[in-house]
Amino acid sequence: MTAMAARPSLTVVEPVVAKPAIEVHGVHKAYGPRGSHVLALSGISLTVERGTFACLVGASGCGKSTLLGLLAKLEKPQLGRVKARGRVSLIFQEAALFPWLTAAQNIELALRLAGVPSREWSDRSADLLRLVHLDGFGDRRPHELSGGMRQRTALARALAQGADILLMDEPFGAVDAMTRDLLHDELEAIWSASGMTVLFVTHDVREAVRLGDRVVILTSRPGRVAEEVQIDLPRPRPIGDPAVAELTERITNRLREEVMRHADD
Amino acid sequence: MRTTEIGQQMRRERTFAGLDSLELPISERPTWARRLWGSAWPQLAAIGLVLVAWQLVVISGWRPAWVLPGPLAVLPRLVDELRNDLPAAILTTLRRATLGFTLALAIGSFIGLAIVRWRLLRTAVGSLLTGLQTMPSIAWFPLAILLFGLSEGAIMFVIVLGAAPSVANGLVHGIDHIPRILLRAGRVLGARGIDRYRFVVLPAALPSFVGGMKQAWAFAWRSLMAGELLVIIAQQPSLGVTLQLQRELSDAEGLLATMIVVLAIGIVIDLLVFGTLERRIRERRGLIETAA
Repeated sequence: MTAMAARPSLTVVEPVVAKPAIEVHGVHKAYGPRGSHVLALSGISLTVERGTFACLVGASGCGKSTLLGLLAKLEKPQLGRVKARGRVSLIFQEAALFPWLTAAQNIELALRLAGVPSREWSDRSADLLRLVHLDGFGDRRPHELSGGMRQRTALARALAQGADILLMDEPFGAVDAMTRDLLHDELEAIWSASGMTVLFVTHDVREAVRLGDRVVILTSRPGRVAEEVQIDLPRPRPIGDPAVAELTERITNRLREEVMRHADD
Repeated sequence: MRTTEIGQQMRRERTFAGLDSLELPISERPTWARRLWGSAWPQLAAIGLVLVAWQLVVISGWRPAWVLPGPLAVLPRLVDELRNDLPAAILTTLRRATLGFTLALAIGSFIGLAIVRWRLLRTAVGSLLTGLQTMPSIAWFPLAILLFGLSEGAIMFVIVLGAAPSVANGLVHGIDHIPRILLRAGRVLGARGIDRYRFVVLPAALPSFVGGMKQAWAFAWRSLMAGELLVIIAQQPSLGVTLQLQRELSDAEGLLATMIVVLAIGIVIDLLVFGTLERRIRERRGLIETAA
């Protein structure tokens, strides 16, 4: 359960009938008091196969964050079933690093809580910091790092948990464009080397097309799956690629239709 | 093909390194001595000003010199007392302060945690705790003396009643105001039960807890002085007893010298111990700018 090293690295030999990593079935979630509540998710169903990089796009109020919260067991659905098979980790919009710990200590805490023996902590955290190109910054505290560096530390911390399923909630929303491009490359490389399942929430359609095997378009208020788009373009996909641009436009138009439905709300 | 891939990887790493060094917040730390001097000289100047004002009042002849002696008489006397009887009195008082404060810390922390854990308890005693702080500690002494006699027990009782609510309040306030995202992050990492408190809740609440401790110290010190003036225990010279004795002997010089010691101890512990602790914690978390 704990050992990240024990996970098969590149060649994932799965039985043909492997169960999906993520299954969401008919989930309802509402907030607020009865009568005047806001329906965040209404009968949403979604399946993500093991090892898939799935992107969720939707405008505000589509319940993206709620869905991730349900999968990470931070919240409970009022109706329906939520199933995540494997160890789940969640990366937030803002890097939720503990400000009283250094970058390395944040990672070590994740290792410790994942049950990794203490003699391995410092080596493993050094490895993980190197993986996200932060070697030499382990002694810094979160406020002494830039936004992009904090998000990379958060990624390293999530990897330290030995997660099979990585949930990401608009993780690069607050990062500048140049850093974001690099982070896309890094994330893609880490994902393809690890065989993890990723569910990546974003409102940036281009980002979704750049990264996803699949892009799931959500409706807003209440959130449901409007359409799913399979992205079969070869990786890595340059962001300026015409095929990327074309798909981005198509999905953006679909999303715009969804938003316009709410013009008269 | 292979070489271009490696080239790309290197370019990527160089770009990361470049961005990182450009984006890093620049923090300029003034040297330790500079910072110390920066805060010390205005304070020293203020103390000097107070001494001058004091001397001027004495010169004006508002009260006779045997009632209100000036700093020129009191300060040498202070040095003299510090060579003779005062150290023993200071030691007794500090021992009581340490014991009482430690008790208040333990009891206050326990109450604070209990309030956080049980909603009903919070509704029941949450506001009462703040109300308890408005009770002048000296008003507890008659009861304390009835309960414990003229003993250290009576003094400890009042110190705990005065200081524990501040500790509890600081802890409760700190836990209440933990950013939700940190609690969620803790749960995602799998911190449950004791681990949740040990690795997430308590460290996150620490700044406010230290603030509560600082306030608790002020209450404890006041309660202790009141207690030592009222609860006089034979054979135990303390700062309070010294003050009382000096008043009875109309020894104004000695009285003022002792008062300076009382004031100095209170300030030194407040500023040097708790003030430094608080500032360190805030700095480490990036809650205040390091540069003045």
